[in-house]
Amino acid sequence: MIEFENVTIRYRADQPPIIENLDLTIEEGEFILVVGATGSGKSTLLGAINGLVPHFTGGILNGDVRIDQRSTSVHRPRDLADVVGIVPQDPLSSFVTDTVEEELAYTMECLGIPPDVMRRRVEETLDLLGLEELRHRPLRSLSGGQRQRAAIGAVLTAHPRVLVLDEPTSALDPGAAEEVLAALHRLVHDIGVTVVLAEHRLERVVQYADRIVSLGAPESPGSRGTEITIGEPEAIMSTAPIAPAVVHLARVAGWERTPITVREARRQASSLRQLLIGHVPPVRAVSDAGAVAALSDVTVRYGALPALRSVSVTINQGDVIALMGRNGAGKSTLLHSLVGHQKPASGSIDVAGIDPSTLSGPDLVHRVGLVPQEPADLLEASTVAEECAASDRDAQCEPGTTRALLALLAPEVVDTTHPRDLSEGQRLLLVLCIVLAARPSLICLDEPTRGLDYATKERLTRVVTDLAEAGHAVVLATHDVELAAEVASRVVIVADGEVVADGPTSAVITSSPMFAPQVAKVLAPQPWLTVEQVRRALEQDTA
Amino acid sequence: MTVRHAPARVRTRSVGNLRNVDDTRWLHPVAWWCWALGLAVAASTTTNPLLLIGLITVAAVVVDRRKPDAPWARSFGFFIRLAVIIVLFRLLAQIIFVAPMGTTMLIDMPGVTLPSWLAGIRLGGALMLEPALQALYEGLRLAAIIVAIGAASSLASPSRLLKSVPAAVYEIGVSVVVATTFLPQLASDVARVRANRRLRGRRDIGLRGVSGTVMPVLHGAMDRSIALAAAMDSRGYGRVANVSSAQRRLTALLLVVGLIAATLGTYGLLGTGSATWWGPALLIIGLCCALASVVLSGRRNVRTRYRPNAWKVADVGTVASGAAAASLFLAASAINGAGMNPATSPPTWPTVPILALLGLLAAIIPAFITPPPPATVAPSGREVRA
Repeated sequence: MIEFENVTIRYRADQPPIIENLDLTIEEGEFILVVGATGSGKSTLLGAINGLVPHFTGGILNGDVRIDQRSTSVHRPRDLADVVGIVPQDPLSSFVTDTVEEELAYTMECLGIPPDVMRRRVEETLDLLGLEELRHRPLRSLSGGQRQRAAIGAVLTAHPRVLVLDEPTSALDPGAAEEVLAALHRLVHDIGVTVVLAEHRLERVVQYADRIVSLGAPESPGSRGTEITIGEPEAIMSTAPIAPAVVHLARVAGWERTPITVREARRQASSLRQLLIGHVPPVRAVSDAGAVAALSDVTVRYGALPALRSVSVTINQGDVIALMGRNGAGKSTLLHSLVGHQKPASGSIDVAGIDPSTLSGPDLVHRVGLVPQEPADLLEASTVAEECAASDRDAQCEPGTTRALLALLAPEVVDTTHPRDLSEGQRLLLVLCIVLAARPSLICLDEPTRGLDYATKERLTRVVTDLAEAGHAVVLATHDVELAAEVASRVVIVADGEVVADGPTSAVITSSPMFAPQVAKVLAPQPWLTVEQVRRALEQDTA
Repeated sequence: MTVRHAPARVRTRSVGNLRNVDDTRWLHPVAWWCWALGLAVAASTTTNPLLLIGLITVAAVVVDRRKPDAPWARSFGFFIRLAVIIVLFRLLAQIIFVAPMGTTMLIDMPGVTLPSWLAGIRLGGALMLEPALQALYEGLRLAAIIVAIGAASSLASPSRLLKSVPAAVYEIGVSVVVATTFLPQLASDVARVRANRRLRGRRDIGLRGVSGTVMPVLHGAMDRSIALAAAMDSRGYGRVANVSSAQRRLTALLLVVGLIAATLGTYGLLGTGSATWWGPALLIIGLCCALASVVLSGRRNVRTRYRPNAWKVADVGTVASGAAAASLFLAASAINGAGMNPATSPPTWPTVPILALLGLLAAIIPAFITPPPPATVAPSGREVRA
């Protein structure tokens, strides 16, 4: 179906290739997972499938890519629209029309499919993806999971034989991600669509894959895809340094077969559970040092719609709070009210004794800092060095403070780089440094792990733990249960604008399967959360 | 925990398609525009304030009853505000620029004598009723036209209107529609970036505040445009049918010849000062050539249209209602010019010509005969904070 024949891609002749000598044949009906660190060329590989690379992005492609016997060297993306459906990372930016139904028809209109066939296919696709109730809804009003399904439906109506998806679940909450993946699974099995999918959240997708294409030498983040390994998920996962938690658990426990799903792991885990009896996982104490910030009975409305309904949360010094819940549940609203962007309709917000909405910028930054969902929104200078200098001026601290912080968190970042050219993870750390320069007592992070690879995530985990130990309070809104299990001392779950759970991490996330990390699922009913905890317990045994 | 917002899980198949036999439907956008243009023509024939207020009310009633719940439909309030501003501005201009005429004094304000080089502008002084009334009527006429246009733009979806443009100019239409959806996006970007600047400890004042906002917003808009262009390309936008090179050359030739002929024809018609026979002839030939070229190039387009708007009784009726309003007003001003343009000097209480009243009644018909637009937002639906 898809043939890469000795493909080498570079964006400029004087630069090292992003992808080198790739030979890959993807059969009809296969589910291929592409993994690799940020910047390892995943998006480039996906773009090459329908000719967006190099026709649209520019660059040089040596070798040949053929889809259904059509070479991308002579066929432009639009000429392949009937064979390849491509769902980009941010579906919202790819929508051409206003409503779900029109979006579903758009590709077919371009292809010139007769109106009666179009009508039938739209109805079928609405049913197939569970979009029937949403057919007249404006695309902008959909939740994350609904958007992703609409974007898949929009390319599916053209009956493509290949579906290419770039990180379809990275911005989604666990429930919405399951919706999308269930839809994909069904397409592969019922219709035989070939799927090529790139994803960082391996724990969500690895069990669906027939083969994995692993780009780059994963232990050195940022290395280009000069090393490409292709193989069955078990084989790749047994040696890959980047792997979901069950695989790491298998290594720690010394199992022979590498499990990929919680089910497989659980079947091998009975002996491990035996071993762990008598061990108690170390519990990260919920801090009871002085309160840094408090929301009491806060209600926030957008127009008539309440986004938060009488929420009360106290944030203590040294707390790391993971704020979880569906897309649109009110997590961002809560963080924005903590920095005073949202004035509550009723109730009071108190950050270090003051209502944050009354503070002007210079007074605010010393009390509370927020790394927004799009960190780039805070950046405006043309080099990293200028950005750091501006940050020192804004925070009124010693010149060089921000740069020193950055050297600590992201030593590989060079002064002369344009902030837009940094990788997603580096950009996040740069913004975090800018926020930290003013030494706020409360630090909020809005979905910091979206699109981050494992290496960067690990680095972020260390940074957050250090901050908490230094006495800062950290609140992070996240969908990433594994991250919450690693780093949080407390978990607050928000649903429909209300706090539905607030307590120590181990108690909250093990009590619901949706928010439980893989280790907890494998070792239930024992309250283990992370591989690290298990490793320490086993070491104690051998010692 | 329960998943409340997901109306349908992926695996449930709904049979809703059959159940969905309701009488909501999108009226043909061209029908709404025809109706609104009828209203605008009617408004242009009169300065009778009663009729003008009647037309504005008719437009507001129809919009209120048939406005869909979509982002683009919220523009009517903006047009109403614009209309009010126009009326006020017209009055203000009257007070400042026009010498006091008439006999009835409204207010006698203290005046300022301005130096001679500012002749024609006066500040304060006596405000007379007659010119003020005249200005009010003229302002109202413009306001009614603006409101009619506003009604059309909030009743007719721009993207559905796009479906009705001829194939040859479709691509221009797309860029217009994409641009109109980008503007509100840009506004929300500006708001977000400005709010975020506070997080860097800036006071949001002065020129530096503006320049700091512009860069991130432009970067974001640029990224989005590129993403959209890539998505459109990979979804088949711009596919063309194979046509022979001879036909392509003929199309280009026709267009060039047509434009040259039309230019010369226009010159002959308007520029020479005397009537020529070749002016109109060349103009007609030119326009025919250009039209032929557009039709020919439309053949390269392979697009089909999904659920094109149908012309049904309600759509035709809406057009007829607009046409009736316009022609009744035109007839009324031909028969009863004084009634349509009531005298302001001396001021008389305006009366309503019976034909124009019938026109008003005709104009309000769409409020009742048209189908309501489909509901676009589910009751529990809400805008998700990105």
